[in-house]
Amino acid sequence: MRIRTAGVVAVLGLALAASGCGGSDSDKPAAKESAKATGGKLVIWADDKRTAALKPFAEEFGKENGVTVEVQAVSKDLQTNFVTASQQGSGPDVVVGAHDWIGNMVQNGAIDPVQLGAEQKSAFNETAIKAVTFNGQLYGVPYATENIALIRNTELAPEAPKTIEDLVAAGKKLKAEKKASEILCLQSGQNGDAYHIYPLYTSGGGYLFGTTANGDYDPKDLGVGKPESIAAFQKIAKLGEKGDGALKRSITGENSIATFTGKKCAFLVSGPWAIADAKKANISYDISPVPGFAGGKEAQPFVGVQAFYVAAKGKNKALAQEFVTNYVTKPELAVALYKAEPRPPALTAAFDQVKGEDADLAKFSEAGKNGQVLPAIPAMAAIWDPFGKAEAAIIGGADPARTITAAGKTIAGQIK
Amino acid sequence: MSTSLSGPGSAEEAPGRKPVRRGLPRTPRTARNHAPITATGLVVKVVLLGLVAGIAIWAAFPLVEAEHWVGLAILAATTAGLFYLYLSRRHIPAKYLVPGTIFLIAFQVFPVLYTASTAFTNFGDGHRGSKDDAIVAIQTSSVQQVPGSTEYSLSIATKGDPATGALVFLLSDPKTREVFAGDAGGLRKLDAGDVTVSPTGKITDAAGYTVLNFGQASGRSKDITDLVVPTAGGAVRSNGLSRAYEGKAVRAYDAGCDCVKDSETGKTWTADPANGSFVAADGERLAQGWKVNVGLKNFTRVLTDPDISGPFFGTLLWNFAFAIGSTGFTFLLGMAIALALHSPRMRGTNLYRVLLILPYAMPSFAMLLVWRDMFNTDFGLVNDLFGLDIDWFGGTWSARIAVLLVQLWLGYPYMFLVATGALQAIPRELTEATSVDGASPWQSFRAVTLPLLLVALSPLLIASFAYNFNNVNAILFTTEGGPFAPDNPTNGATDLLITYTYRLAFGAQGAEYGLATTVSIFIFAIVAIVAAISFSRTRKQEEVYS
Repeated sequence: MRIRTAGVVAVLGLALAASGCGGSDSDKPAAKESAKATGGKLVIWADDKRTAALKPFAEEFGKENGVTVEVQAVSKDLQTNFVTASQQGSGPDVVVGAHDWIGNMVQNGAIDPVQLGAEQKSAFNETAIKAVTFNGQLYGVPYATENIALIRNTELAPEAPKTIEDLVAAGKKLKAEKKASEILCLQSGQNGDAYHIYPLYTSGGGYLFGTTANGDYDPKDLGVGKPESIAAFQKIAKLGEKGDGALKRSITGENSIATFTGKKCAFLVSGPWAIADAKKANISYDISPVPGFAGGKEAQPFVGVQAFYVAAKGKNKALAQEFVTNYVTKPELAVALYKAEPRPPALTAAFDQVKGEDADLAKFSEAGKNGQVLPAIPAMAAIWDPFGKAEAAIIGGADPARTITAAGKTIAGQIK
Repeated sequence: MSTSLSGPGSAEEAPGRKPVRRGLPRTPRTARNHAPITATGLVVKVVLLGLVAGIAIWAAFPLVEAEHWVGLAILAATTAGLFYLYLSRRHIPAKYLVPGTIFLIAFQVFPVLYTASTAFTNFGDGHRGSKDDAIVAIQTSSVQQVPGSTEYSLSIATKGDPATGALVFLLSDPKTREVFAGDAGGLRKLDAGDVTVSPTGKITDAAGYTVLNFGQASGRSKDITDLVVPTAGGAVRSNGLSRAYEGKAVRAYDAGCDCVKDSETGKTWTADPANGSFVAADGERLAQGWKVNVGLKNFTRVLTDPDISGPFFGTLLWNFAFAIGSTGFTFLLGMAIALALHSPRMRGTNLYRVLLILPYAMPSFAMLLVWRDMFNTDFGLVNDLFGLDIDWFGGTWSARIAVLLVQLWLGYPYMFLVATGALQAIPRELTEATSVDGASPWQSFRAVTLPLLLVALSPLLIASFAYNFNNVNAILFTTEGGPFAPDNPTNGATDLLITYTYRLAFGAQGAEYGLATTVSIFIFAIVAIVAAISFSRTRKQEEVYS
């Protein structure tokens, strides 16, 4: 009995081992076969919404060229996951994401520069190309731009306010008449939101980074904590909870759009992503640039760009470059991605194509015309958290000079 | 327990119960190492060992590919050991102990060691890979198109087998219509008569070459990206599979000076092995760095950097308050309700029990988000319902109270459940006896019920304390650590050490895994000490009452 058991186990074990070995042996010729017939595989990582839009086009690209294209959805922390996976050698060939990831992805050696011909470059919106340029190199192929604007309920506020003071006056009137409960829906939350407050910050005269001779952002010239930034936040403080009450920490990223569509505020500062909700709630709305302070500088929102990147450690880089530089640059793909999520396409031809069908798009684009390209330098990562928290503290009534000076010190300490 | 639970054989020994199972005849059990071999046992053994073999083979290939010989040796030794152990009839205790030990090593010891070793490095954004990785990244990202150079149309070709033959770039200049062949030896002009050029300017056929289609070419992706055709001004490189450009790597690593040189500006960045980056004389640092050992730097930074150590001890205090508060309040409320429902005079206890379990049945993750919105100053249910105007998450103490209230709501059903269970186990005669002796209900509770309850529940309370000490969700989903003092964005009033660490490791300002693991080692030490002290006290208590 004992011998039989051992024998059976040994035979089965050997069989298993043999099948394991056999499998791997036969793998190699199979791979060669497929290289002849269909060739390699291209793996693309994108977020949920874009994955759906990309799939048909990726399949078409695969069919045309005899390769397999796989679009995988990474719904959370795409950038972090990509950087970690690429470091372990298990990342994709192409990744789709915001342009302000570039600095971090480059310092971690996760993406390669892309080479676009002069003709290809000129087909894009200039700001978009500038956004994906880092250290004089093009690191991604942009497909959409985005910026925030002032969306207003035209029933409650028929006129677009010229200055933030006009807006506050109109909002206060509506509040007094009990037509609205809030003056302005500009999300802050307890930890602030640097992205949404930025137009007011620039209108007050503040800046984040100075620029070097070649137009790049200069991490050594930090504007946070400088007198201009203090002056800007002194103006913002007047709109805060201890002032006009137009800016409130109780308005968060989760409730700002809902409060607007619930007709509790007439003015919303948000991006193209808010439009779907406004339409669903049947609100008559209009879009105009975020107004600045009376007599202040221009209110400049951040302009962000969504782009395709070639992973530095991808297994099929040549195909990835082919896809990104020669396929993504086609207007049809940009239009399809626009339809999946309406943000202005970065390709001029695609933009012109959809502009006629969608008036909102042109208005958003107009609102972002004088915007500032969101800095992609790694130092920008040090800004978000301290800047936002300082904003929240000032909106809540903290002393602007002391708070912003401290935030500037923290940010400078984090920039290596 | 009087009945034996030692496997299927035990049923046979019970008198009057004959096995009804047909199948293999069973040998009677004479001694432990002559245990019967059943068909089921055999199949299970074969399947499990087959699984072990399968996993080992599956794991071996990547290890071989990465030339990780130490890992491969460990894998082979483990697999061989497992086969020996389960195929032999000896080492019975080891058969039970080994699986648990392997899992303990793989999922407990190894991560702890890995965490501990990371604490001595500068691992984080900008310092993730090796120095070689950084050099490759620096050189690749400095490749620039030679100004005024040609943009070629590219076809990939070979002289031999499409899958293995040496690659050649067939290039055509879209403007001049000139055609070239290029490989590592350089660029050669081809006779226009020998090639067929498509209307788009791409070479589709050339005498003496096999032109690869996209599928074939992409199978050799790495060869294509590695092939550079040297030219006078730089080198022709592929840009995808259909275009090529003349580019030049402006920055190159020089092993002689251990530095990176920029051929255009002449600037050099010398390697700094202490920090894992290339630094120029003027202090400019190249973005791509590498991972180096920094010794005890992270530990001294946690203890001495005023930005970290100041908040560290403040946070530690609140962390204790939060863990004790969460555990204590939920226990008090849970026990009080359990006592009330335990009273024989109570009616409709089942209905109450169902209602009380409800918070426990809902996913805490979702409930935390709901509570966060309920505490909103202007739109929250709490202020609306009670007509309050409290800025709950805006003030230090109101935020702390809010967080504890949420924890109380989420946690008391658990304590109620375990207290109910423990109360059932305390004989009613004991409390009845005290009342006969003339004790008030409070006295009998203090002297009899509570001590007995505590003996049963102490381990659970300690576990609950340890859990709440590191309860990331409770903070991250509600206050995110806030509110933050206007001049200190790093450390909030409700931050636990673990949320503070989480922000360090995965925060917006870039990952700092080295520092974060250091803080988690401190957290581990604190929790371990607290647990050790509490368990030793519990044991003493049990000795008193048992």
